[in-house]
Amino acid sequence: MPILDLCNVTMRFGGLVAVNDLNLKIEPGQLYGLIGPNGAGKTTVFNVITGVYTPTSGSVRFDDADIAGERSGLITRRGIARTFQNIRLFGDMTVLDNVKVAFHCRQSADLAAAVFRTGTHSSEESRVERESRELLHIFNLDGMAGEKARNLPYGSQRRLEIARAMATSPRVLLLDEPAAGMNHHESVQLMELIRWIRDRFGMAVLLVEHNMKVVMGICETVHVLDYGSTIAIGKPAEIQANPKVIEAYLGGA
Amino acid sequence: MRSALLTSGTVALLFVLNALFTGSLVSGFAMPPYILQVLCLAGINIILAVSLNLINGFTGQFSIGHAGFMAIGAYASAYVTVAWGDRFRAATSFLPEFARDGVLLLFALAVGALLAAIAGFFVGVPSLRLRGDYLAIVTLGFGEIIRVFILNIDVVGGARGYSGIPKLANFFWIYLFAAITVVVVSRTVKSSFGRTLIAIREDEIAAEAMGVDTTRSKVISFVLSSAMAGIGGGLFGHYLMYLHTNSFTFIKSIEIIIMIVIGGLGSITGSVLGAILFIALTEGLREFSQYRMVLFSLLLIVIMIVRPQGILGHLEFRHFFGRRRRLAAPTPPVIP
Ligand SMILES: Nc1ncnc2c1ncn2[C@@H]1O[C@H](COP(=O)(O)OP(=O)(O)OP(=O)(O)O)[C@@H](O)[C@H]1O
Ligand SMILES: [Mg+2]
Repeated sequence: MPILDLCNVTMRFGGLVAVNDLNLKIEPGQLYGLIGPNGAGKTTVFNVITGVYTPTSGSVRFDDADIAGERSGLITRRGIARTFQNIRLFGDMTVLDNVKVAFHCRQSADLAAAVFRTGTHSSEESRVERESRELLHIFNLDGMAGEKARNLPYGSQRRLEIARAMATSPRVLLLDEPAAGMNHHESVQLMELIRWIRDRFGMAVLLVEHNMKVVMGICETVHVLDYGSTIAIGKPAEIQANPKVIEAYLGGA
Repeated sequence: MRSALLTSGTVALLFVLNALFTGSLVSGFAMPPYILQVLCLAGINIILAVSLNLINGFTGQFSIGHAGFMAIGAYASAYVTVAWGDRFRAATSFLPEFARDGVLLLFALAVGALLAAIAGFFVGVPSLRLRGDYLAIVTLGFGEIIRVFILNIDVVGGARGYSGIPKLANFFWIYLFAAITVVVVSRTVKSSFGRTLIAIREDEIAAEAMGVDTTRSKVISFVLSSAMAGIGGGLFGHYLMYLHTNSFTFIKSIEIIIMIVIGGLGSITGSVLGAILFIALTEGLREFSQYRMVLFSLLLIVIMIVRPQGILGHLEFRHFFGRRRRLAAPTPPVIP
């Protein structure tokens, strides 16, 4: 049974159909690639899944609950986390605190516990500290824990966004062009890392990426959008040989 | 253990200072009453500035109605002591005289804080759900509505002002609550919950996407901030023994904003500094009092140009003394 199931989702902005009758099913633990030329509607799909937009029609099921139109925060607490195409870190907070914020939704100690410094609060704080540092270590950011997020180099900011999303313990992780702005070598390294965290933590990954080669390397299923409509779904090899896909990419370029 | 020692140490220190300043400790020595009053008003300003900074500086929501919550706390708690004070004293007759006053003040302040918090809840819930400047507009309107509303309540004096409030607050109580405000706000912003507030300030959409219930966090911080303003108001009335709605105009809210902007939005130390600086300037420039707001506007403009983050920016007291401690910490072994 799919963990995330989009059924006939359409998203209109006035006269523009950004996503047209989309059907997308992700199995638990699957690495699912979503590609398409500029303006194909990939980010809009993310925004529909995470509750930023309510779809014009269609349903979004996560873990058998209809989540279409729910608040983003609630959807994240249900177990879907995301990164942003245009990085949205908490710039003035430290790298470590950026990750700690995302742990908040899995914590129980409340404000009163913090003000009175109860035992539960301090033990939870040290647990969050430890787990945050482990995440930073995985993403090779441990040397920068005390830096302000805005002072990080671009590639590190992208990795921090993923680390922060992981801190919410997602069962589905949505990555919007995580390798944007990276060179080929860095992109390949990042994809290896994404596969590694998927194997380690077992969540499903929905990966949006411009660079076809990068996606083909790691995804088990690739889904191609063009002008909001699905033009192909299949294994990377099938997609690469699909004349419609080649046409969309060459035509769009 | 350490914090229990610190707490009792602070209380004892304030107690001794209070006795010293009022002249009951060393005969022949007392703080000049004018200076003592300025000190006490500075303490109340600290409460107001630090609490407003929680919402404006740390949560990044622009409220300009702090004086309204202060007014609610001031009038509600004054009403408690004036109307129910005698009955309360009779009920607590088993306590010594000074303790009875203290308990009555605490009870009155609790009522004031509670009502201010409730008002904060009803102002915050609709306006904090929306993004942008709605909070500024709503709080501005709310502050004025409260003031006009109180002006028309006859039992609290109406336009004549509310007199006959017993002098229950003094240096001790004011600085005790100033210290409590500083501790509560700094623990709040350092907590997990506090990180959600700063995250909201930095990027509300991203905070929501990281699972933060942004509305809930904003409302809690707003209610907490309002309650503390209510306490500041309660101390104000019980110190001056007289209240008039003219003390709670829009100008008062702006003054508190000036304090936190001067000191640095998002710095508790800065707010304390700003509150003290503000009253020092107000008192120092008494002769030019008609130009006061002009001077403050100029000061604000200069700060905006020269140091837009305020005197301290986001820095705190501990940042200036942190280095020594860091050096003293054991360094981890270097693994090649
Ligand atoms: N809030 C909005 N209002 C109006 N139009 C929108 C909105 N969001 C997206 N669009 C439009 O929907 C279409 C799809 O945009 P989207 O950002 O989803 O594309 P994308 O596949 O992510 O593109 P890119 O590869 O450039 O990131 C575009 O034509 C875009 O202009
Ligand atoms: Mg996009």
